Amino acid sequence: MRAVITVIGKDTVGILHKVSGICASHNVNVIEVTQSVMQDMFAMIMMVDISRISTDFSVLSDEMTALGKSQNLDIHCMHEDIFNSMHEI
Amino acid sequence: MLNTFDILETIRMIQDECLDIRTITMGISLLDCIDPDIDKACAKVYDKITSKAQDLVRTGEQIEKEYGIPIVNKRISVTPIAMLAAACPEQNPVKFARALQKAADTCGVNFLGGYSALVHKGFSAGDMALIQSIPEALAETSNVCSSVNVGSTRSGINMDAVALMGRIVREAAEKTADRQCIAPAKLVVFCNAVEDNPFMAGAFHGVGEPDCEIHVGVSGPGVVRSAIAKYPDASIDELADVIKKTAFKITRMGQLVGARASKMLNVPFGIVDLSLAPTPAVGDSVAHILEGMGLECCGTHGTTACLALLNDAVKKGGVMASSNVGGLSGAFIPVSEDAGMIHAAQNGTLCLEKLEAMTAVCSVGLDMIVVPGDIPAESISGIIADECAIGMVNNKTTAVRLIPAIGKQVGDMLEFGGLLGSGPVMAINPKSCEKFISRGGRIPAPMHSIKN
Repeated sequence: MRAVITVIGKDTVGILHKVSGICASHNVNVIEVTQSVMQDMFAMIMMVDISRISTDFSVLSDEMTALGKSQNLDIHCMHEDIFNSMHEI
Repeated sequence: MLNTFDILETIRMIQDECLDIRTITMGISLLDCIDPDIDKACAKVYDKITSKAQDLVRTGEQIEKEYGIPIVNKRISVTPIAMLAAACPEQNPVKFARALQKAADTCGVNFLGGYSALVHKGFSAGDMALIQSIPEALAETSNVCSSVNVGSTRSGINMDAVALMGRIVREAAEKTADRQCIAPAKLVVFCNAVEDNPFMAGAFHGVGEPDCEIHVGVSGPGVVRSAIAKYPDASIDELADVIKKTAFKITRMGQLVGARASKMLNVPFGIVDLSLAPTPAVGDSVAHILEGMGLECCGTHGTTACLALLNDAVKKGGVMASSNVGGLSGAFIPVSEDAGMIHAAQNGTLCLEKLEAMTAVCSVGLDMIVVPGDIPAESISGIIADECAIGMVNNKTTAVRLIPAIGKQVGDMLEFGGLLGSGPVMAINPKSCEKFISRGGRIPAPMHSIKN
């Protein structure tokens, strides 16, 4: 089971660190990261493995949303099924 | 394999284009709650609904978090209450409405539909009492919705019921005149009602359905509008293709959510209703899709053709995306719930007659239309009869949800708030149809009803 975490917003020090920190604290393994910084805008898409997650997925999702709010970033944490079902036949 | 473009597209649809799951609706059969003692029946109804749907809202919220997609409403539909009322003929059916409201409050759902009667060929035991109690039931409760099926392609139109419903709609408005006439906004008069509709106010759980099941209603007018905005010079067939592809994606999401909810609640998955259901929010309007196709304002010449194209493309795109498509499926055109429709009605471009033409090609009918408070009951019946005739002859579901704005005139507004929005009072034809309505009887089923 995998989930996709997307982070969009103004680039600041330690975004990747904070997001992956929350992942690690819930035993969520980061599989793949793509990120780009255009001018001062930061965009990251992270694929994570949630098959051994230590809490409920909604807890991870809530923490990511809270982090987004506190850092003024737009963070979404979504199960990969939604992308697979929408974009693959 | 997922790519960045697809991921960002999904997020943009949800965040900027108002894509959401409009509703997860649990259909619950109440046939095993029938009892000649109305108090016992009400207790059984309450117990059954609250035990079947106790986890519905929590499950919906969990799925919202898991997939990051908003699920706007959680709803329940039940067996038409007239069937339960039939067993206790001496009692006031409003007791059932109170039990339904109490169950809705306990479960925390947004709406509960099924205070309904099916009288397309005639009244059976319980039907008349239930219909006559509708104004009181809707005035007393806040989340209970009611519907009455008065016609079908196979049986014709029950004109006695049509005449009665004109009076009932008026009475419902009068009873809630101090609350923006809200009661008739929760009452739908149908022709060819469907048994697995997840959308309110017309949802009820048909007798052919299983004991309990989950339906999903998707939405997404904003997504379709943005998709066609990217092709300003495309031909009509290219436009239809763009809409189909978008509808496919939206419906797949509904299918995913429905399948997940069904698994979590351990209840069979019924259908996905792939309707484009607008909300008053900016960017979530069906009228704006039609305007995006090239109309200066919704309601002008060409509107019906644009809507026909949209409705058909939505169905074609959605059908392949779901294992079971049902409900009403198509494009809704509720005036008060659609920012573009409200604007078009206010500036006089969209009138009742044009809306009637549009209902011949949209998924349902005359929906959330506010009419002057002095409208005679017979004129309401006349509007219902016209709409039923369109449904009956064209083999489609049609419905009427009119709100007589007591004490208000053309140009005034009714403010319902929430998903119901706000509606400008629209002009009706002042000439009478009283003689026609007072004749009573039944309009025979059309020739093409004889299919066997």
